[in-house]
Amino acid sequence: MHAVVSGTGHILRCGATLRKIQGREDPVGQRFTEVFEIRRPRIGPSMAVLRAASGSRLHLRMRSPPQIDLTAVLIALPKDGGPLSGGALVDLSFGISVIDAVRDFALTGSDFAVTDPTIEMLYLFEAKSAAMEASRKLNLRLQGAMIAAEEQAFTDTLTGLKNRRAMDHVLTRLIDRGEDFALMSLDLDYFKAVNDSLGHAAGDHVLQQVARRIVGQMRGADTIARVGGDEFVVILAGHAEGPVLVDIAERVIGCLEAPIPFEGEECRVSASIGAVLSRDYAHPEMDQLLADADRALYTAKMQGRRRVALFDPVQDAEGVPPPATPHQQGPDAKAPDRR
Amino acid sequence: MHGLINRAIERFARDTYGGDVWIQATRRMDLGFTEVAAMLHYDDAVTTRLLQQLADLLDKPAPDLLEDIGTYLVSHPNVESLRRLLRFGGVTFEEFLLSLDDLPGRGRLAVPDLDLPRLELVPHTDQCYALTVFSPKPATLPFGRVVMGLLRAMADDYGALVVLDYKGDRGAAELIEIRLLEPAFAEGRHFDLGATPP
Repeated sequence: MHAVVSGTGHILRCGATLRKIQGREDPVGQRFTEVFEIRRPRIGPSMAVLRAASGSRLHLRMRSPPQIDLTAVLIALPKDGGPLSGGALVDLSFGISVIDAVRDFALTGSDFAVTDPTIEMLYLFEAKSAAMEASRKLNLRLQGAMIAAEEQAFTDTLTGLKNRRAMDHVLTRLIDRGEDFALMSLDLDYFKAVNDSLGHAAGDHVLQQVARRIVGQMRGADTIARVGGDEFVVILAGHAEGPVLVDIAERVIGCLEAPIPFEGEECRVSASIGAVLSRDYAHPEMDQLLADADRALYTAKMQGRRRVALFDPVQDAEGVPPPATPHQQGPDAKAPDRR
Repeated sequence: MHGLINRAIERFARDTYGGDVWIQATRRMDLGFTEVAAMLHYDDAVTTRLLQQLADLLDKPAPDLLEDIGTYLVSHPNVESLRRLLRFGGVTFEEFLLSLDDLPGRGRLAVPDLDLPRLELVPHTDQCYALTVFSPKPATLPFGRVVMGLLRAMADDYGALVVLDYKGDRGAAELIEIRLLEPAFAEGRHFDLGATPP
């Protein structure tokens, strides 16, 4: 786009595209500054001032609607006494407003000079938009797949232990096969105090260390799941003896009581454990086993925490609460009479 | 092969023959998915086998299938955005032909990892051109047939009357002869530079 301006500031000639965007009124014959508002630099409308801006970048705005912005450069023509004496040649371009301009003025490829990269810019704009749309669709699909994978996951991401879903699967399988197993419901004691005094980062660290310590006390065939904030379930395949189970549970409590260092502080927690044996049931059911283990755990908590309580279906039927064995510190401590 | 190529095959199959045909092809291949992701890469063999499955299912020679895909890419309303991008190549069909050399570069501007065939247009006598199509990886996909279909549809789009002749291949290079009989034979389809892309 270009315009030739006379020494009096009137437009003498202009390109076809400029005519197209000016609309009904032919810009030829009008004053340049009546057609264009000079936005920057802030200069007056006289021809002398305009000529002084020769060679520098001008920001223009069409005065007629839709008042699009244009970028321009003006070259002052010599005062040689000819028809263009004291005039100027103005080269105009759409700049960043080109996408709107093409739409508003129905411009076509022939409105742009062969060397003008505007068409390439428009191509790039459309091509990139299409590519972005394809990428956005892929992102949505991947996000959906991620959510589905999380729903199907069997791992507790904080501790690396199994999660509740995995525990359900293991229990269902053991019950379906009619295998003997023991189930321990473990709840940390004094964990809330760690969280409250040292913060969640300390709490998470404690949970990770607790998980590691429980794993260290179990065999590879056992299943250890974190089923709530500080609640764990351990499934011991093949275990059928109450006293052995209580022994193991006490060992777990003992190793959890060793202080857990965190950023110069020592975190101290303990645990209460409620346990059930599958062979105490004629027809073991998962929900029943878990509920009974939780009842035993409740008993252990009620009797002062840091204890193991083994659920007894016979005593339970007679209304006798299960005894809880207090955990004894140190390896030489003699375990009290258990059932 | 870039997912966009496989996606083009998928959309062609779905839009032309219905989702059943496409799903049947993917099942037969035991792909494990029924929808191609346009922005991922797939093993080249997936493309080759997909085309073979579709050719078998539709009982259509592979070259015809490829040419139909090329035509589809320009003429079907569901892939209007691609037709628009191609129309940016020039105001007339002749200009478009002369822009074909830039096609791989234009493709890469949009999607940097998209490998399109290199095209080389040599004007012979008046209104007669020889187009050589160099496929990026030999023996994977004879792009020349796709280009044939694409050029035919683009000529219609511009309203030009052309005769195309597939002259065969020399390894990875395929030769197409283009005779432009009448540049403005019909009205052609309107191309609005400022239209909102679909």
